[in-house]
Amino acid sequence: MSRLSDQLLHRIRDGHKRRRMSWWERAYLPAVMQGLALTNRHFWRNLGLHLAHRLGLYRDVPAAVTYQYPDETRRTAPRLRTRHRLTKRADGTPRCVACMMCETVCPARCIYIVAGEHPDPNVEKVPRSFDIDLGKCVYCGYCVEACPEDAIRMDTQRHDIAAYSRDGMWLDIKELLNPGTRAFGEPPEKFVQLDLEAFKRLPPTPPPPPPGTPARPPQADPRKPLIVPSSGR
Amino acid sequence: MIEELLIKLGVAGAILFGVLNFAGLQTWLERKQSALMQDRIGANRAYFTVPWWLGGTPVNWVLRKLGGLGILNALADVLKLMTKEDLVPEQADTFLHTLAPLLSVFFAIMAFCAIPVGPAIHWGARVIPLQVANVNAGLLFVLALASVGIYGVILAGMVSGNNFSTLGGLRASSQAIAYEIALGVSLVGVVLCYGTLDLNIMIERQGGGLLGGWLPAWGVVLQPLGCLVFVTAALAHTKRVPFDLPEAESEIIGYFTEYSGMKFGLFFLTDFVEVVLVAAMTTTLFFGGWQMPYLTPEGFVFPWGGGLPVSHLWYVVLGITSFAVKVAAFIWFFMLIRWTLPRFRYDQLMHLGWKILFPLSLFNIFVTGIWVVAAK
Repeated sequence: MSRLSDQLLHRIRDGHKRRRMSWWERAYLPAVMQGLALTNRHFWRNLGLHLAHRLGLYRDVPAAVTYQYPDETRRTAPRLRTRHRLTKRADGTPRCVACMMCETVCPARCIYIVAGEHPDPNVEKVPRSFDIDLGKCVYCGYCVEACPEDAIRMDTQRHDIAAYSRDGMWLDIKELLNPGTRAFGEPPEKFVQLDLEAFKRLPPTPPPPPPGTPARPPQADPRKPLIVPSSGR
Repeated sequence: MIEELLIKLGVAGAILFGVLNFAGLQTWLERKQSALMQDRIGANRAYFTVPWWLGGTPVNWVLRKLGGLGILNALADVLKLMTKEDLVPEQADTFLHTLAPLLSVFFAIMAFCAIPVGPAIHWGARVIPLQVANVNAGLLFVLALASVGIYGVILAGMVSGNNFSTLGGLRASSQAIAYEIALGVSLVGVVLCYGTLDLNIMIERQGGGLLGGWLPAWGVVLQPLGCLVFVTAALAHTKRVPFDLPEAESEIIGYFTEYSGMKFGLFFLTDFVEVVLVAAMTTTLFFGGWQMPYLTPEGFVFPWGGGLPVSHLWYVVLGITSFAVKVAAFIWFFMLIRWTLPRFRYDQLMHLGWKILFPLSLFNIFVTGIWVVAAK
């Protein structure tokens, strides 16, 4: 047995033993004064900064750590896994070939694919419907890793996923191909089946926001500019 | 006669208005001060707008700004408490259940009637004291009413038909006993120093100077230990953190568990009124009441020579302002303590009350007694 591990074990075992307090600490009043001084300092500093912000001074020194969601949105991390989307080919049809890899790998079993035949023999298959139940999804990102065709991505920068019912958490293939088209509170359609021609008639997808910038939350006032604070908060 | 009565009513109404405003604004102070202390923003969303026939845009602009400051949250609180369902448990006694919060708030507000909020106004031949009742043993009166207020809390715990509430009420009573003694005994030193129980005379005697007039003869200068013990015991009396064992809403269940709506609101109000009361008592007994340093009825007299004459009206206004500012400062300080210190464990609470504060206050009496006798 090594000496170092013995020492470590002893330290861990002694860790819970209470340290004997010094006379100064047992007097209690100095400690109270220290605590009051700390909170007092924060109070006056923040009060001064709030007042200075009103006058337009020291705007770059934040007086609070609060993000006032949904007026202010936090900058997302570049590799954050957000809501799913299905990527498209140039003609508007999904890149997905309905290989069922994502459905198989999904630990939450929240992906439901109905496969159909593709006229191109090199593609072989196309999903007729592709549904994700976000109420079950655990955002592990395995579907993205498993996909051989780069057909599913989690880069919509949408993490404001909320609904009034479990059904509202359902994403059908139209929503997955065009993220953000379904209005909040609109009842979802489940297992929508589309053929290739219908895919081509879907409206074109706007590109997702670049990594790191959040999508606008649904309730935010569209007349107000969305404040995305710089990092360093 | 009828004039006297009307004047008295006016003074009482003004003092009640002031006390309730101080108490009500504490909900705002509690939200915003804690937010500032914890680097947050705090309540800033509640506001309402009025139609054009009530003022329209300019009023709405002011309301919007007030809402941004979080003041309108206090109104929203009251609206919520008023409109909430008033539940009385099946096993509770309806009469006593209703009586308890009323008792609690009644005695807390009653205690203010012996506290002078300003110098007496000389209006022609008439003298109007800015005090509701000139009780010659005002100190005892305030202490008595402040102690009786605990009956409302105990009653609330006992009649709720809930064992946890009963335990909360019992905790409140034992805490009250442990701290009321230290509270009363710590004030004996002040009584010895000024030789009176009358709060008016006590404040007048605090107007003198020490060290050739440089230092005001306030209680805190003459009785620093008494002041410390009093403030600690008084904090325990208000039943707020770090002495909030009777309620302890976050962990153990308190005496007003079975209360809802405005009855709960009255307990809520009692807490805030008691904080104002304690701040007013600390001001009156230890910080010169409405006295301002170097201010005499004739005007400012500075110890470094010179002075500044003030009219009687200004003297009264300065006195009331001084009292209000001191009370507000103490409310702020108590709020600072409330949002800084963690709650005491129950045995620590009893230890502090019986084994530290009580002996300290006895020691204070001993030292003060020797000093008073030696000074004679």
